[in-house]
Amino acid sequence: MTRALKTDNSQTLIRDKALWMRQHAMRMVYDKQLGHLGGDFSAIDVLATLYFGVLRYDPARPEWTERDRFVMSKGHATGALYTALAAAGYFPQDWLDTYMQHHSMLNGHPNRQYLPGVETNTGPLGHGFPVALGIAISGQIAGADYRTYVLTGDGEQQEGSNWEAAMTAGSRKVRNLTLIIDRNRLQQGARTEDTNGLDPLDDKYRAFGWHVVEIDGHEYGQLLDTLGAPVGDRQKPLCVIANTVKGKGVSFMEDQAKWHHGVPNAEQFAQAMKELV
Amino acid sequence: MAVAQATTAPGFDCRKAWAETLEQLAASDERIVVVVNDSVGSSNLGGFQTKFPDRTVNVGIAEQNMVGVAAGLANGGRIPFVSAASCFLTARAMEQIKADVAYAGFNVKLVGQSSGIAYGELGATHHSIEDFAWLRALGPITVIAPCDAWETAEAVKWAAAHDGPVYLRLSRMKVPTLDLPDRTFTPGQAELQRSGTDVTIIANGTTVHLALEAAKTLAEEGVSARVLNMHTISPLDTDAVSAAALETGAIVTVEEALDRGGLGGAVAEHTSATDPVPVQRVGFPGFMPTGSIANLFEEFGLSREGIASAARIAIRRKGA
Repeated sequence: MTRALKTDNSQTLIRDKALWMRQHAMRMVYDKQLGHLGGDFSAIDVLATLYFGVLRYDPARPEWTERDRFVMSKGHATGALYTALAAAGYFPQDWLDTYMQHHSMLNGHPNRQYLPGVETNTGPLGHGFPVALGIAISGQIAGADYRTYVLTGDGEQQEGSNWEAAMTAGSRKVRNLTLIIDRNRLQQGARTEDTNGLDPLDDKYRAFGWHVVEIDGHEYGQLLDTLGAPVGDRQKPLCVIANTVKGKGVSFMEDQAKWHHGVPNAEQFAQAMKELV
Repeated sequence: MAVAQATTAPGFDCRKAWAETLEQLAASDERIVVVVNDSVGSSNLGGFQTKFPDRTVNVGIAEQNMVGVAAGLANGGRIPFVSAASCFLTARAMEQIKADVAYAGFNVKLVGQSSGIAYGELGATHHSIEDFAWLRALGPITVIAPCDAWETAEAVKWAAAHDGPVYLRLSRMKVPTLDLPDRTFTPGQAELQRSGTDVTIIANGTTVHLALEAAKTLAEEGVSARVLNMHTISPLDTDAVSAAALETGAIVTVEEALDRGGLGGAVAEHTSATDPVPVQRVGFPGFMPTGSIANLFEEFGLSREGIASAARIAIRRKGA
């Protein structure tokens, strides 16, 4: 499979996929009354862009050695990851109906041995970035041309393991690695800057030897241009700070910390589905 | 009667066997890489780094990252050997070992250097005596503590060929190499070092040599002690433990580790459920004081006389 062309047409496709993902994530979480919709919805446009505009993969061969890798470090956002994998064809879409049911393959946090397309097990924060770094280094050692993408939450950046990985990636010039930070400025309990402030995040990554780009994480043109751009002559890993809105797409959820793991009642569900069209 | 004899006096640093074996394997298998935390020297990997600079991933003093990176390397098809002081490798990166290696099932080899109380004088922060209990709790990881240079080399070869996570617990204490006829290394299968009928001493790593010495003391008293080298504590050779319980009626476990949760814990769990016999556990009670290995071993009963004494107690408890 070749990398997607950046055309208006592909943006339409990505928009359609993102809408489908939001609808199905909403239904999964409503049916089970468990989940993390706020973080799902801030990240869904990033995932839709990756899976339908950027990544090289073949769902029939999830272990294909030349596949691009995507690591979902914010493993609680299964509403975004599982709907992306289902939409991409890694498993039948009706599996989404089993979300978190007894012995479901769709665990509350992703497990690579249960579900094709999951690169590593995540859930505890600060794990995906170092693993993605190892995948990228493996590619460098083997002379492979696959690329590795990892998405972390912004609150997740408070975990020290990220900074260990940031230092190693910058120092080793791991140019085939792209870190995407879902910068919705909210964590479970409060705003990030009122908890353990992260700003200036861009300067921090630059100081660690990264190339940093800041974009609107809901704007498909910017996402495609940034995530799909060839590595080219760049000799540094790429950090994409994607400014997003927690709960994006549902009016009463947007930018609300309580929707980190809030679940909709019947009335809220009906209202949300009315908006997600 | 099989009786192991110590042949290489005054002893051999197993780290040399580990490093030489890995270099040999890496020469013929390009997938093998090492991941270290500024620990090339302490892991004896200078030669590896010289021969395979591109396959030496030094992440600096960052153990969480080190284990995560190793999981990623496995995802990319490499066979990573993570080598670091076991006190930091296990404690500092425990959640990464749990989530990224054991739970994810990645083909990562964790090699704990200078385990037990090898860093005796440096104090309890640098002792690694809880690692057996921690690693054994993670089912999918094979936990092996080789007892000499030969077994270390065999364990490294096996780990490289085995598809799954492994923890190798190495010491830097100089130990003799045991001489047994037709010796083979089979993970999960205890090695009979000495036959016996009155009591079984089960040891691993550095303590196997002490157990053999204790068996000689007991023999002088007319007590027949079986000695098992339980190099693999997870999965445990439960057949050998059951046979020891049924045939000798009393067991002593000896380990350079916490006296709970590791080898002694595993043996006691098994016997209590299937073949209840007295089990005397020789190990360390908790955070250890500062001291040389020799002095601490002596003080806490990891000695010829200490183990023989535990055996006498176990025998006395039979049928009590």
